[in-house]
Amino acid sequence: MAQSPISNNIRRLRFEHGEMTQKDLAEQVGVTRQTIVAIESAKYSPSLELAFRIAHVFSVTLVDVFAYEPNDDPIWKKKK
Amino acid sequence: MSFQERRSLVNLISSVLITVIYAAYVLPRMPEADPYSKELFHFWGSFFLLLIPVSIVARIIVFIVFYIINTIATREEEPSITDERDKLIELRANRNGFFAFVLGFVIAMASLVMEMPPSTMFIILICSGIASEVISDASEFVYYRRGF
Repeated sequence: MAQSPISNNIRRLRFEHGEMTQKDLAEQVGVTRQTIVAIESAKYSPSLELAFRIAHVFSVTLVDVFAYEPNDDPIWKKKK
Repeated sequence: MSFQERRSLVNLISSVLITVIYAAYVLPRMPEADPYSKELFHFWGSFFLLLIPVSIVARIIVFIVFYIINTIATREEEPSITDERDKLIELRANRNGFFAFVLGFVIAMASLVMEMPPSTMFIILICSGIASEVISDASEFVYYRRGF
C-alpha cells in the first residue's frame, strides 16, 4: 500500500493527556478502537468531521493533530 | 487480529461451506430429464428459493457459535457501533462482490447465447454467487488488515 500523505500526532497527544487509552479516545469521538488504531498507524484517513472531533478532545487545532505531506500524495507525484 | 477481521474470515468460510454443502446435497437430486423440460426449471427455481432460508438459518447458527467462542477465547466484546470506517469498508467490499456477480451473470448469459443447456447457465449463476461472496468477504478482510 502507498504511504499516506497524512500523518498524525495522536499517539503523542494521547500520552500528553494523561496517557489516554485508544479505547477512551474512541468512545469520546464515537468510533471503534480499531479505527483509532488504523488512524494512528496511517492506514486510514478519517473524515473531516472525525478529524475535528479528535482535535476537540485534545483541545488543539486540526493542524496540531494532522499534517499533510504533498510529496507523498499520488496526485502531485503524477503531475510532476 | 481484530474482531472485524475474524468476523470477515468466519463470513468467508461459512458462506462457501453453506453453499457447497447445500449444492452437494441438492444437486444429485436433479431430475434426469430433457434439458429444456418444465421439471428441470422447477428444480432450479426451488434450488435458489430454498437456498435463501437455508443460508439465513445456517449463518445465524454459525454467528451465534462464533460470538460465543470469540468471547470465551479473547474476552473481547463485539464493537457496539458501526463507524465511518466500517461503513466505507462494507461499501467497497460490496462493490467488489457486485462486480464479480455481474461478471458471472454476463458469462451465464453468454452460455445461453452459445446454445449451452440452461443447467450450465444456472450452475454458472451459483458459482458467480459464491465468487461474489468470497470476493466481498476477502476484500473486507484485506481492507481491515491493510487499510485503504
